[in-house]
Amino acid sequence: MGVTLAILSLIVLIPLSAVALKASEQSWQEFFQAAFNERALTAYRLSFGAALIAAAINGVFGLLTAWALVRYQFPLKSLVNGIIDLPFALPTAVAGIALATLYAPNGWIGALLAPAGLKVAYTPLGVVVALTFIGLPFVVRTLEPVMRDLAADVEEAAASLGATRLDTILRVILPALAPAWMTGFALAFARAVGEYGSVIFIAGNMPYKSEIAPLLIIIELEQYDYAGAATIAVVMLSVSFLMLFVINAIQAWARRLAA
Amino acid sequence: MTISIRSVGKTFGRYPALNSVSLEIADGELLALLGPSGSGKTTLLRVIAGLEFPDSGQVLYGEQDMTFAGAAQRRVGFVFQQYALFRHMTVAKNVAFGLDVRKGAAKPSKAEIASRVDELLRLVELGELGKRYPAQLSGGQRQRVALARALAVNPSVLLLDEPFGALDATVRKSLRKELRRIHDATGVTTIFVTHDQEEALELADRVAILNQGAIEQVGTPQEIHDNPVGAFVAGFVGESNRLEGEVRGGRFRLNDVEFAAPGIADGRAAAFVRPHELVLSPRGEGTFPLIANHIAPQGAVARIDGVTPGGLRLEAAFARQSVADIQPGAKLDLLVGRAYVFPQ
Repeated sequence: MGVTLAILSLIVLIPLSAVALKASEQSWQEFFQAAFNERALTAYRLSFGAALIAAAINGVFGLLTAWALVRYQFPLKSLVNGIIDLPFALPTAVAGIALATLYAPNGWIGALLAPAGLKVAYTPLGVVVALTFIGLPFVVRTLEPVMRDLAADVEEAAASLGATRLDTILRVILPALAPAWMTGFALAFARAVGEYGSVIFIAGNMPYKSEIAPLLIIIELEQYDYAGAATIAVVMLSVSFLMLFVINAIQAWARRLAA
Repeated sequence: MTISIRSVGKTFGRYPALNSVSLEIADGELLALLGPSGSGKTTLLRVIAGLEFPDSGQVLYGEQDMTFAGAAQRRVGFVFQQYALFRHMTVAKNVAFGLDVRKGAAKPSKAEIASRVDELLRLVELGELGKRYPAQLSGGQRQRVALARALAVNPSVLLLDEPFGALDATVRKSLRKELRRIHDATGVTTIFVTHDQEEALELADRVAILNQGAIEQVGTPQEIHDNPVGAFVAGFVGESNRLEGEVRGGRFRLNDVEFAAPGIADGRAAAFVRPHELVLSPRGEGTFPLIANHIAPQGAVARIDGVTPGGLRLEAAFARQSVADIQPGAKLDLLVGRAYVFPQ
């Protein structure tokens, strides 16, 4: 217990409090100015909004992907299984450059979307694409063991009791998966909020438009405005913590139902 | 509901699980499917349930051909070995599930469902536990919930797959009695799968013995035990000494042991002698000696492991008082009272 706390402090708590300490070197007025100016607000909105959308997309497709991996046999399954983990392993810059190239107006996918008037690269949509890419494995890998554990006989029991397939999915399978699903969602969201490397290549990074909050921190740092960078970091920390706390509370409540 | 199974065959890949199985189950009967693992008993149960579909043959419910009807259409109550309860629902919600998922006019009112759930929980003696979650119950209680849930839909037939397999011995014994009581109270046709012959013989009206995807014998527990029709049933049900010997001129012979085997053709044969059919007898025609190795008292019976001078190991069971003064190493004179002999 003591050791865990010591390590947790060294690695997580002390650096985080240093951030808060740095931010507190300013006056309240300076703090508010740095934290809630127009440019910063747009960046928060983009970072949290895109992360939320990406996590939601991953929630849906991650669920389907995990289901396919657990329940079905198909050719090259182990290859697909390996590819899922790639976003974990790939340097994020590589992913960002690859995505930017693909989705650029003259890229393979971007060229197909351009006639439809859809611009992905260098827009907020591009940010969502990048965040979806890096978040997928979190949902798939948290759901998989729970799905494997969800015995087929529970479905058969529901069917033998007269439940339709839809009833079985809505009333038996999804509620049983819900806690793990929310964990996966929370992980994907948290990762997406903090993601930097893959986003900056595809986002275009235009102030007030496609600039994410982590990038804003870097920009402030490059201008030697350490207090300003720390301020934005503190805001992001607080919002992330709040959201993760809420998700955890929902989860704890769901788990109490399931236990 | 009477159920007729007609020449049902089923293969998984290249492995035949059922081989032209036919079986009639009478309305209100409690039938056991008994066999070693891999005998096809669970597959047969799942074919009856509509969770598995046969490659050939027919399954009839009453007069109605249900061969390819799903489990829901057959209105079966199925109880799984691992309970298969819905973990995120309370006990009451679990039991109500089959009524809750009904649509439109077929769905009972909330009050009707609640009173039905109440009645069922009382039937399985879990009246107080409706608000608990499955994780808060013991294994035996969970299986009672599964039973109540299966009964909630007024099933035409109740099917149980090794229902007591995951429970410890004392719980198993009490649940066994419980199942008999519930069966007698509801009168629902019931089929259960087991590999435990004691369970099958104690609980069932009739027992079907399966081996390698085929039915070897169907009969009352007494018929199965006392009149096995083949070497498999004789060896599988009850205890017996298996003797591989030879029949010549209507007499079975192996080593020092010899007895009458009327109506069996000359040649190699397997004889099955239950321990209590080895009878103490004054030395004379047909007797053979057995040297006692180990004597184990069991209630009114003493079991004696011994060996004949020719080296044949036998197990015998006697009334306690008739062998009270026998010590290990003593020599007993025995006669084979009754044996089941099957040519090989």
